[in-house]
Amino acid sequence: MDNPLTHSANFFEDGSIESSKIVSRSLGNRVLTFVCIALSFVAFVPLASILYLVVKNGLPLLDWSVFQTLPPAAGMTGGGFGNAVIGTLVMVGLGLALSAPPGILAAIYICEYHPKGRLAGTVRFVAKLLTGIPSIICGVFAFAAVVLSTGNFSAFAGGVSLAVLMLPTILLTAEQALLGVQKAYREASYGLGATRFQTIMRVVLPDAMPAIMTGVMLAVARAAGETAPLIFTALFSQFWSKSLMEPTASLSVLIYNFSTMPFEHQVKMAWTASLVLVFLVTVTNITAQLVFSKKHA
Amino acid sequence: MSEEPQIVVRPEADGAVEDEGQRTGRPDLITVRDFNFFYGRKQALQEISLDIPEHQVTAFIGPSGCGKTTLLRNFNRMNELIDGVSYTGDIKLAGRSIFDPGIEVIALRRLVGMVFQKSNPFAKSIYENVVYSMRIAGVRGRKVLDDTVERSLHAAALWDEVKDRLHESALGLSGGQMQRLCIARAIANRPKVLLMDEPCSALDPIATMRIEELINELKREYTIVIVTHNMQQASRCSDLTGFFYLGSLIEFDRTKKIFTNPREKRTEDYVTGRFG
Repeated sequence: MDNPLTHSANFFEDGSIESSKIVSRSLGNRVLTFVCIALSFVAFVPLASILYLVVKNGLPLLDWSVFQTLPPAAGMTGGGFGNAVIGTLVMVGLGLALSAPPGILAAIYICEYHPKGRLAGTVRFVAKLLTGIPSIICGVFAFAAVVLSTGNFSAFAGGVSLAVLMLPTILLTAEQALLGVQKAYREASYGLGATRFQTIMRVVLPDAMPAIMTGVMLAVARAAGETAPLIFTALFSQFWSKSLMEPTASLSVLIYNFSTMPFEHQVKMAWTASLVLVFLVTVTNITAQLVFSKKHA
Repeated sequence: MSEEPQIVVRPEADGAVEDEGQRTGRPDLITVRDFNFFYGRKQALQEISLDIPEHQVTAFIGPSGCGKTTLLRNFNRMNELIDGVSYTGDIKLAGRSIFDPGIEVIALRRLVGMVFQKSNPFAKSIYENVVYSMRIAGVRGRKVLDDTVERSLHAAALWDEVKDRLHESALGLSGGQMQRLCIARAIANRPKVLLMDEPCSALDPIATMRIEELINELKREYTIVIVTHNMQQASRCSDLTGFFYLGSLIEFDRTKKIFTNPREKRTEDYVTGRFG
């Protein structure tokens, strides 16, 4: 280092390029890369094994007839769970219809209208609290609010409990989606003389829609698999339901009931119902992704 | 929409031009008087008074944080989108205060278009970007929209490059093309004033040159106010230049005078690159 001439001539040989500091830094880099890859596999294992088990155990009984027939009574064989598939679709759909509009509109309010207002702060805080609430509490709430007041277990009560469960997820992800819209888009729109409503409808929402829909689909996927809120509210039914106001079967409650029965056939049927549930959720997710990402481009 | 304010372009009557050197022989379109502006308690502009003549290019120069962009964003009241801002004094557009309660801010912004520092085309087609201001005004006629697109893109010197892909996403354009698209979008409904906030700061020299040529073309139809960090740009394409420093307007005069024989020492130091 003292003589700049020898230094410049020898800077490969003087060892600075292999100094222990640099070696240990690049070693640390490699170790961390390896740890990341290894842990990704660890995270992948439970997911893959769940899918493997569900497919392996669920496939044997899977055919069209399970969608067309009613659940077998205890100890009986044959049958299916057509009413539970319909019940799940109806109740998740109802939950979605009850939670998505208020959730998305509330997110628009707290993002676009008065982000620093007291109401926005309160709504945001309560939504965050609600995401942490166990789903069984949503069931108890809907039980008290709907079942007790209408006098019977019903698909409607099930839909309400799922809506309560979905609302905070939809609201908070929609808020994040709206916050993710570039300020420059809003400025461009306002700069061209657009009102706030026009800016939201024509610029902000279209841009945020794929992310909002991802949140909605997450909520749907979670709600479709929930058992606890439905046991209290929709209960279960051995029959095709004829109205929203009577006890209704769902896939999750059927899986819960059948998997604990001492009959081999019912347990197998529970696996098949699990496979169908996983399939329904996956298909919904993929469809939504395809539809909304295309619309955006 | 029927709330277009009744703004008639007429010469400023009070003849408040202080310095003979500013005179361009053209009537003033924007007059700023004793204008102070605050972000919360922080004062961003102090006692600004100036007159901007029509069909001229007026450049605002000065170091970062000197208030030039703040003033520009007051001309179409874009600063109102920020919480906690306040002002005193007045800004008049063609003799009428832009803060007049009778003026709808959305109508003002249709008269005073804006091009931003970072080009910000919407994630829509080129066509839909240009007609955005028409769409929000409820214009439906296919012919009117088509004509607007062609006229605006011609005026923004972009037509030949994009005429075959009007319905493709605007996000596929190059940086310079995007900025010219933003100019086309801003002039689609024929504003009186075009505000440009450092329109070339993210562009390469060739794209910058094209925008500067465009500015020269556009001043025949529009009154242009441009904020720039680039002093060569101000000297190349503006008729009048205002030098801002620490929230005050230090000097406002013909561009030639500002760059060759400024009255103030601070202006001279800045334009000769001694600070800033």
